[in-house]
Amino acid sequence: MDLYELTISQAQTGLAKREFSSLDLVNAMLDRIEKLDGDIGAYITIDADGAREAAIEADQRIANGYYLLKHESFTNNGSNLDSSNYRYPLLGIPIALKDLLCTIGVKTTCASKILENFVPQYDATVVSMLKNAGAIIIGKTNLDEFAMGSSTENSGFHITRNPWDREHVPGGSSGGSAAAVSARMCIAALGTDTGGSIRQPASHCGVVGIKPTYGRVSRYGLVSYASSLDQIGPITKDVEDSAILLNVICGHDPLDSTSANIEIPDFTSALELFKNYGLKGMKAGIPKEFLSVKGLDPDVETAFNNAKDTLEKLGVEMVEVSLPQTDYAVAAYYVIAPSEASSNLARFDGVRFGLRDNSANDLIDMYKKTKSKGFGAEVQRRIITGTYALSAGYYDAYYGRATRVRAMIRDDFTRAFEKCDIIISPVAPTPAFKIGENIDDPLTMYLTDIFTLSTNMAGLPGISVPCGFSSKGLPIGLQIMANSFDEMALIRAGYGLEQTLAIKDKFPNI
Amino acid sequence: MKITQKDVEYIAHLARLEVDETLVDKFAEQISNILQYIDKLKDADVSGAGLMAGAALQNNVFREDIVKKSPGPDVTLSNAPERHEDFYTVPRVVG
Repeated sequence: MDLYELTISQAQTGLAKREFSSLDLVNAMLDRIEKLDGDIGAYITIDADGAREAAIEADQRIANGYYLLKHESFTNNGSNLDSSNYRYPLLGIPIALKDLLCTIGVKTTCASKILENFVPQYDATVVSMLKNAGAIIIGKTNLDEFAMGSSTENSGFHITRNPWDREHVPGGSSGGSAAAVSARMCIAALGTDTGGSIRQPASHCGVVGIKPTYGRVSRYGLVSYASSLDQIGPITKDVEDSAILLNVICGHDPLDSTSANIEIPDFTSALELFKNYGLKGMKAGIPKEFLSVKGLDPDVETAFNNAKDTLEKLGVEMVEVSLPQTDYAVAAYYVIAPSEASSNLARFDGVRFGLRDNSANDLIDMYKKTKSKGFGAEVQRRIITGTYALSAGYYDAYYGRATRVRAMIRDDFTRAFEKCDIIISPVAPTPAFKIGENIDDPLTMYLTDIFTLSTNMAGLPGISVPCGFSSKGLPIGLQIMANSFDEMALIRAGYGLEQTLAIKDKFPNI
Repeated sequence: MKITQKDVEYIAHLARLEVDETLVDKFAEQISNILQYIDKLKDADVSGAGLMAGAALQNNVFREDIVKKSPGPDVTLSNAPERHEDFYTVPRVVG
């Protein structure tokens, strides 16, 4: 097995046994990136020097015996050390970050021309947490500009291609992170999910992605798109790695007032739950409204039914649930998200950071020229739609109504979860579409988010787990949703599905 | 709701955007399509529904008001497109 193929847990074992060094791992990733990324385009910035430096430091720590293997302290000379001060659960593991997460001293562009040269003066809280855990940041991945899109075609710099078929999109907006994990150009990555931006690209690229409960992970240092919907989460080769990453990145942060001060379980213990008890006693809801969604691809339906049968064989009882607001969810989402975006993106005005157009004569003109030069078409469209929805005379009809529909969506889920522990559905109506297929039709692109965006509206967690392939060989994922702060149920059921279907070790032959 | 090119230009002005001339037509059509779709919200029965502006736990958040060290002007202004000493500069605002 090549080093680039390893999962986090496999790499941890190898590092602990001194089979290879962290520098070997980082070099294997950098070689792979060098070889493949010209074609795939998963990365915007590769921090080769920073990653090698961090790897050398990690190797020193490992040589000194400070290493933590799967939560057990692993020291060969550290018996006199207080192990709590030397917890490095990701020591030496190369990880990629969606380029929407601030990294001190490393360019953070949000895939926008307006931030092309922006170098943050601080780390996002999740980045500090990863670094404190010993992880190595290998690079920053491509996305739809400011996370606005479902295909990574809206990047201000370049598109990303699906590693399974380069004529197809990787999904989005975390398409760079999903493609980098899928093509084995990093061990694992972080993405962000506002309406499906972790789960949909994970599904399209055949990897695992979790959108945690709103509030689980601090958003401090995540460049805001729609603050009430955004959430950071892992994109990984398997479910276990997602659980390992969640253990590191979840937690209360005083710098994010929406971050939840709530107990964090050991998410990897959900794997033990499956190993010991299977999925017996679990109930899964299937929303009747989801299966009548127009344009559901037959291959997606087959893969979904296959996943459902697999879960049933593992002891899950299926029940029908109803999410009556499904028909209004996309409309409400595309009022709320652009409204918040129009407010959040007002800060890019050419004064404190980012691009400034110097041809303007006065301040207002400077704002206008800077924004119009710096923002791509989709970002401008959403700012205009959001500004319109919030403008005098339209506020009640659009934003006001959308927030009421949002409350009803949350109440639908509350009622549904009285009957079940998890809800299952496809992730997207179709496998990855072709590059350019939807680019001029934003509404059609928006409608592809139908299965994922309701959980963002309600603040609930969701996972995408690979569950099959289309007739053309494109991956298809199953979405599992759970009640607030019940990521354990997602991981347990997702792990059960993954272990039983045994397709997790498949990766694109490139 | 159908919007015209003039509407696009006016809303863009409110958002301090200057939409490229070649895009105004396309934006008017695309945004009209989006708004027409969004108009289905008018059919939703929201009577009795509460408002939900966010998904955070509904607790007020307090913290101690403690003075912390500032990173200083050089760090703070390190991304400024233009500066004069320890200040951001902008085009002249008053005549």
